[in-house]
Amino acid sequence: MGALGLGLLLAATLIFGFLYRAKRGRVHPAKPLTGEAVVNPLDLSPLTVELGSRGSFIQFSSAFCTPCRATRLLLEGVAATNPGFIHHDIDAEAHLELVRRLHILSTPTTIILDRNGVEVGRASGAPKRDDIERVVASLR
Amino acid sequence: MEIDIRGPRFGAALTLAVLAIAFFTGSVWVLALQTVVFALGASRGPHRSPYGIFFAKVVKPRISATKETEDSRAPQFAQAVGLVFGLIGLVGGFSAIAPLFYVATGFALAAAFLNAVFGLCLGCEMYLIIKRFSRTKATVEA
Repeated sequence: MGALGLGLLLAATLIFGFLYRAKRGRVHPAKPLTGEAVVNPLDLSPLTVELGSRGSFIQFSSAFCTPCRATRLLLEGVAATNPGFIHHDIDAEAHLELVRRLHILSTPTTIILDRNGVEVGRASGAPKRDDIERVVASLR
Repeated sequence: MEIDIRGPRFGAALTLAVLAIAFFTGSVWVLALQTVVFALGASRGPHRSPYGIFFAKVVKPRISATKETEDSRAPQFAQAVGLVFGLIGLVGGFSAIAPLFYVATGFALAAAFLNAVFGLCLGCEMYLIIKRFSRTKATVEA
C-alpha cells in the first residue's frame, strides 16, 4: 500500500484514539431511549438492588476486564466517603439479557441512579472522577 | 494469572512495527509471522508469546518494578481477536485479494497502535459485544 496508505491509516487511528480517550469515561446525562422523558425507575429485573438514599452506582463488569478494577476502586471510594450512596458491581456475563435491554456494549459501564432508581447518567469505560463528583453533588 | 500491564503494551508496540512492515511492503509472509505470534499469544497467554518472553527476559529486568498488574485473560482474548484478523488477512494475501489483505492487516495495525500509544485494548473492548452476540444465538437455538 506504500507510505501514503500507511501514513493515512496511522493518522486516522491517532485521531480516533484522541476522540475515544476524550469520550471514554465521561458521564453522559440519561437519554430517553423511547422518546419519553426519563422519569421511571430503571428496570433492573431480574436483579433487585438496594438503592442509596441519595444515589446508586450500578457498575457492570466482566471477570477479567482491566479498567473494571479502577472503576470499582473509584466508586467504592466515592460511596464510602459520601453517605447515601451505594455501589453495586454486577457481572455482565451472568446477566446478558439485562445487558442487552440496557444497551450496554462494553465493560465497565456505570449507570448512576437517583434515590428513586431513575437513571440520571451513565459512563462507559472507567469514569472520570470529576464527572462522578459533579453527579454526586447534584443528587440530594 | 496476574501479569505486568506493560508486557502486553510492549507486545503491541512490536506488533505495530511488524504489521506496519507487512502493510507497507504488502508482504504476506510478514503478516504470517505476526499471525503465528497472535496464535501463540491466544493459546498460551500473552506472557508466553514470543513478544511476552522477550519482555520478561530482556525489557523487564531493565525497568522499574511492577506497579500495576492485570488478568492475563484480557490481553489473551485480544490476541485471539488479532489472530482472526491475521487469518483473514492471510486468506486475502494468499488468494491475491489485495483489499482483504489490506483491510484486515489495517484493522490489526490500528488496534496495535491504539494499545501501544493510548493503552487502549480494542480487542478487550469487543469481549462483551461478542458475548452478547454468541449468547443471543444460543438462546434462539434453545
